[in-house]
Amino acid sequence: MSANSPTQAASPSTATPLGATIPYERFLDCVHCGLCTASCPTYLETGDENNSPRGRIYLMRAVTDGRLELTDTVRGHLDLCLDCRSCESACPSGVQYGRLIEPFRVETQIRDRREGRTEPDSWFQQWILYGMFPYAGRLRMSLAPARWAQQLGLDRLAEKMGLVRLLPAKLQRMHRLLPPLKPRGAAIPHLLPAKGERRARVGLFTGCVADAMFHHLHWATARVLQANGCDVITPRDQVCCGAIHYHSGAGDPALALATANSRIFGAEDLDAVIVNVAGCGSMLKDYGHVAEEVAPGSQETAELLGHFAGRVRDVSEFLAELGPLAPPTPVPLKATYHDACHLCHAQQIRQQPRQLLSLVKGLELVPLHESEICCGAAGSYNLTQGEMADRLGRRKVENIIATGAEVVIMGNVGCSLQIQAELKAAGSSIRVLHPMEILDEAYKPAEE
Amino acid sequence: MGPSDGRPVTAHVRGPSLRDETETASVMMTAHEITRASASVPVGLLQELRGILSAAAVVDEPQRLVVYECDGFVVEKNMPDVVVFPESTEEVAAVVRACNRHNVPFLPRGAGTSLAGGCLPVGGGIMIALTRMKAIHEINLRDRYAVVDPGLVNVHLTQKLKGSGYHYAPDPSSQGACTLGGNFATNSGGPHTLKYGVTVNHVLGAEVVLANGDVVMLGGPTEDIPGYDLTGLFVGSEGTLGICTRLWVRLTRDPAAYRTMLAVFETVDDATVAISEIIGAGIVPAALEMMDQGIIEAVEAAFHFGFPLDAGAVLLMEVDGLELEVDAEATRMESICTACGAREVRRANSPEERLKLWKCRKQAFGAIGRLSPSYCTQDGVVPRTKLPQILQHIQDVSRRYDVRIVNVFHAGDGNIHPILLFDERDPDQVERVLAASDEILSRCIDLGGSVTGEHGIGVEKINFMSRLFSPDDLAVMGLIHDCYNPEGRLSPGKMLPVLAGCGNEHMPRRVPGRKAAL
Ligand SMILES: Cc1cc2nc3c(=O)[nH]c(=O)nc-3n(C[C@H](O)[C@H](O)[C@H](O)COP(=O)(O)OP(=O)(O)OC[C@H]3O[C@@H](n4cnc5c(N)ncnc54)[C@H](O)[C@@H]3O)c2cc1C
Ligand code: SF4
Ligand code: SF4
Repeated sequence: MSANSPTQAASPSTATPLGATIPYERFLDCVHCGLCTASCPTYLETGDENNSPRGRIYLMRAVTDGRLELTDTVRGHLDLCLDCRSCESACPSGVQYGRLIEPFRVETQIRDRREGRTEPDSWFQQWILYGMFPYAGRLRMSLAPARWAQQLGLDRLAEKMGLVRLLPAKLQRMHRLLPPLKPRGAAIPHLLPAKGERRARVGLFTGCVADAMFHHLHWATARVLQANGCDVITPRDQVCCGAIHYHSGAGDPALALATANSRIFGAEDLDAVIVNVAGCGSMLKDYGHVAEEVAPGSQETAELLGHFAGRVRDVSEFLAELGPLAPPTPVPLKATYHDACHLCHAQQIRQQPRQLLSLVKGLELVPLHESEICCGAAGSYNLTQGEMADRLGRRKVENIIATGAEVVIMGNVGCSLQIQAELKAAGSSIRVLHPMEILDEAYKPAEE
Repeated sequence: MGPSDGRPVTAHVRGPSLRDETETASVMMTAHEITRASASVPVGLLQELRGILSAAAVVDEPQRLVVYECDGFVVEKNMPDVVVFPESTEEVAAVVRACNRHNVPFLPRGAGTSLAGGCLPVGGGIMIALTRMKAIHEINLRDRYAVVDPGLVNVHLTQKLKGSGYHYAPDPSSQGACTLGGNFATNSGGPHTLKYGVTVNHVLGAEVVLANGDVVMLGGPTEDIPGYDLTGLFVGSEGTLGICTRLWVRLTRDPAAYRTMLAVFETVDDATVAISEIIGAGIVPAALEMMDQGIIEAVEAAFHFGFPLDAGAVLLMEVDGLELEVDAEATRMESICTACGAREVRRANSPEERLKLWKCRKQAFGAIGRLSPSYCTQDGVVPRTKLPQILQHIQDVSRRYDVRIVNVFHAGDGNIHPILLFDERDPDQVERVLAASDEILSRCIDLGGSVTGEHGIGVEKINFMSRLFSPDDLAVMGLIHDCYNPEGRLSPGKMLPVLAGCGNEHMPRRVPGRKAAL
């Protein structure tokens, strides 16, 4: 064997090969039919089998089998995965792709830490992603100057003067992604009572990124729930869902956050825990698996997290189940709807938001081409895989503009950040809204 | 260096045997790692490829070639030496000419959904991936054709045509992923083939890069072009005559109305009699598909449609046409089914129900994972009237080899897809599955049918060619092959055995593999 053999198997001294914690049947579920390829955003963009679901499963399996070393090249293909799960929707064999790539990433992360590998990204991951996003308070504070700057128009000035460019590249991206921040309203009280006949008692999950940047969205969601006869409980001490950690391979912090949320919401007597951010929602629903993967064998954790996960509902899913009341006020707009990956692929929620929106008088909903293809936001992906995120963002925005709609509606704030930034870059005035913002308007009492 | 069994893979391959060992890039591996049948490509060729294409469009790192070692057929594997991603006809032609100058084999690849190993780079060489050529150049509704690139995914054309009142008719079950170039090369069919025909009936013309790098235009957008029907010759040639770089495809008007029905039978026999009766009565259904009890069980578990689990077989039937006609035809089919002993015939009451029925059918094989850890889908054809015989034979085989076999297929065309269930970890079962498959396919030939309805010959069924065709037939095909591909550098080792009776014995079938199909 020549010394530079690039596929040289991992050195035998490595005790367990990567992928050893993944039940091997999960690899075997993939029959290599390739039906998933054209549903994968990164494959659509590159045409490279290595950037397709089938290819990535093949790569992970080859690494697990010791056929292939996890070189930077191989890792690059795996890292480029958005974890959008479009492939799971497409796969007829029921391959649980997320349950392959996620534990694989967790293992990779653990190995890196054990081997003391420092990556160029780590400061960013440590401080910005793990340090800031998880704690709503901290992000809120760190955004405060941004909010003032936006209100004073200073951000525009800074942009014009090129000051933004002095920020490190990753912070520049964050700056670009910041939504027009609304002045922060009053905190949501612990209890908001139902309007009219009381039909349910629900908890409202407000998370972290969403809480700081989209405070008004939670108010809108709470009001829509109230209008539909729900008591809304918003526990103060709830924490981040842990998705960013889990999806980038930091299993332990994810488990700690999951446990905290399960306890906090578990203390209330609730019919459901309502989420309005698809990314958080799919993570919360996945807590049972998190317990299984990160703390295998702990019966208590499994039960606590599993019980919580069973009660989580996306707000549109919940309202559709409950039977939404007819909203009285017209919202005359031409709109289109983007399917957030974490709603349509991870939670299989497609019809419910459309069904709710169809109740709104005056709202014309036109179809969006490739509505189920990821916009490139994918959690923290737009911060860590800039180039692909931009390509997918542009692709999405082209499709949106082609509909001729005035607003584009979506159920995930990650998508909103990304699409808003891309629309702005494209010079478009199309507004980005959450279904709850539309419904909030529609449930306002009709004007006489 | 050869594959793990030490035998050089290139030995029996039609075409050049590789290659100037002195002038090579230094990429070598041991057998237990990533096996490569050919050790290298000439450095000069690599340089030329990098001159023709952008750096990112030439991939030669072995870690990135691994995923290209097989397609939907996973029994045999071999990595190409290089994968290139051309973006234009000129680039494809330039790559082909460079390969010829260096005497290195090359082959095209679409989405890699072939179930017959069509994309297996026998003898290594250059793989030309057409996935970046996926534009729709023109949609002409008045003249009812579209001009598209070969890498365009079949369903993307359908999506683009949505609302126009037209569609592209061939709808293989893999349409969500497979490319029109791949459909062209394998002459793909689908459930609606029965009424609308296969790919060759829908390709009006094609631009093709020949094995020597010349670019020719076959056929064209107008009907009835004089001269030889070369389009017809190239469609289904599995990439052995040329590389399709652009297609002119026919667009078909959407039917005004559908009726989709599900007939439930006590036995498979009753269902097959009903099929013959329906066709015999002069009805041309848009689709006529059969699923037996085993499949019903799996599909019901996966999709909860409400199929009766105690039924011996169900027929999924669709008629389309004018609103007035379809009801009359549907009623006739219903009474034929009832006369043949159907327990009940249901109609899909809404578009959603129809879509769900089709989803159950098209994704049926995926549900098989629920019945067994491994499975092998076969693809055979018999004359429709022989369906009861072949199904009887399949039951016999199943009993004799103690292998569970379930059936789902395009009944209207006599295209059967017996699915053999097994556990790949048990070598004895694997042996039995291989022998059982062989016996079923041989019987198809004896009954006047063929060993592939739609998945192609590829490398998988090359051994059957000499049983399907006389030496004279094969010689004629050989002449055509040699006329367009005289050096055999394009797609070597595919479709045609090198000499009559001498197949690809160098690649013994050890594992039937976990194949997906239908
Ligand atoms: C789940 C599943 C279901 C299937 N169902 C059906 C079905 O219902 N009907 C059916 O007919 N098939 C079916 N197939 C088989 C397969 O999908 C078809 O053969 C399809 O046409 C292959 O297209 P592709 O783009 O994947 O081609 P590939 O697999 O990439 O290539 C297939 C062959 O075509 C050649 N080729 C590819 N592109 C070109 C080109 N541009 N010019 C010349 N040669 C080229 C390749 O060299 C190879 O020999 C199914 C496969 C799967 C996995
Ligand atoms: S993930 Fe599913 S769709 Fe993709 S190749 Fe594997 S089995 Fe087929
Ligand atoms: S999760 Fe998304 S990006 Fe990753 S392989 Fe699946 S479809 Fe592709």
